[in-house]
Amino acid sequence: MSLKTMSLIDLANPTKFLALTARVLPWLAAITAFLLAIGLYQSAMAPDDYQQGATVKIMFIHVPNAWLSMFVWGVMSVAALGTLVWRHPLADVAAKAAAPIGAAFTFLALVTGSLWGRPMWGTYWEWDARLTSVLILFLMYLGLMALWRAVEDPSRAARAAAVLTLVGAINLPIIKFSVDWWNTLHQPASVFRIGGSTLDRAFLIPLLVMAIAFTLLFLTLHLAAMRNEILRRRVRSLQMMQANRQAA
Amino acid sequence: MSLGPYASFIVTAYALVAIVLVLLIVWVAIDYRSQTRRLRELDESGVTRRSGRSATERS
Repeated sequence: MSLKTMSLIDLANPTKFLALTARVLPWLAAITAFLLAIGLYQSAMAPDDYQQGATVKIMFIHVPNAWLSMFVWGVMSVAALGTLVWRHPLADVAAKAAAPIGAAFTFLALVTGSLWGRPMWGTYWEWDARLTSVLILFLMYLGLMALWRAVEDPSRAARAAAVLTLVGAINLPIIKFSVDWWNTLHQPASVFRIGGSTLDRAFLIPLLVMAIAFTLLFLTLHLAAMRNEILRRRVRSLQMMQANRQAA
Repeated sequence: MSLGPYASFIVTAYALVAIVLVLLIVWVAIDYRSQTRRLRELDESGVTRRSGRSATERS
């Protein structure tokens, strides 16, 4: 089947999803690697900031990880709606596959932020609203992953995880606006803000390239992890068929 | 390219990101191999999907 004739509805079929992603993934991985290489080169060549010095280079990896920590939960929230409202066959697969990737990005956002904070703020950690709400997001990722592992029946786990994901989505605007609502050590938004970015182009361009590269990396890993999850569920159902056959 | 007095923080941050992302990629690749191997074993033991397709058939 050609890509042109494959509609979105066809993607609801796991077998067709596997066929399409098998063709798309190598291209996506290649584009991701290419953009990452450009982003890393631009980050290395970016000038020192007049206040931060060379530590501004940490921003080029911290900001994409921080952005993805929230974006991935957003993707999982849409998938949760797909599970609860539309009962889309791939919705829970998408949410479950995204969770460990989102947890990794959130962990990296926290660690790189700490490594930037020590020389700039004089501390690795401060219990302010932004840092604490991102730590809560990380713990929610771990909690969801534990839930999927604890409940053996995938459909029961899917519903419980979907409800938890939607409840957890309340944390996203709290993270985003924490720097405006409370007096925090973390600086306010400087890229996506009303009135335009406050960053100089010398920093903005490498940052955007890295952000796009990391987003494509997430997409690549997510599609690959979704394929694995579909195969895992296929293995489970075949093993159950085998067990039933042997019991009969 | 000089990283200044805080070079160790910058290098540690980039190294950690590289390690975690490589681990993530390796984990996804190992998981894929593990699932396809299990499907192949089921196929060889004669278990077929309800559609009649072989366990390893993906399209």
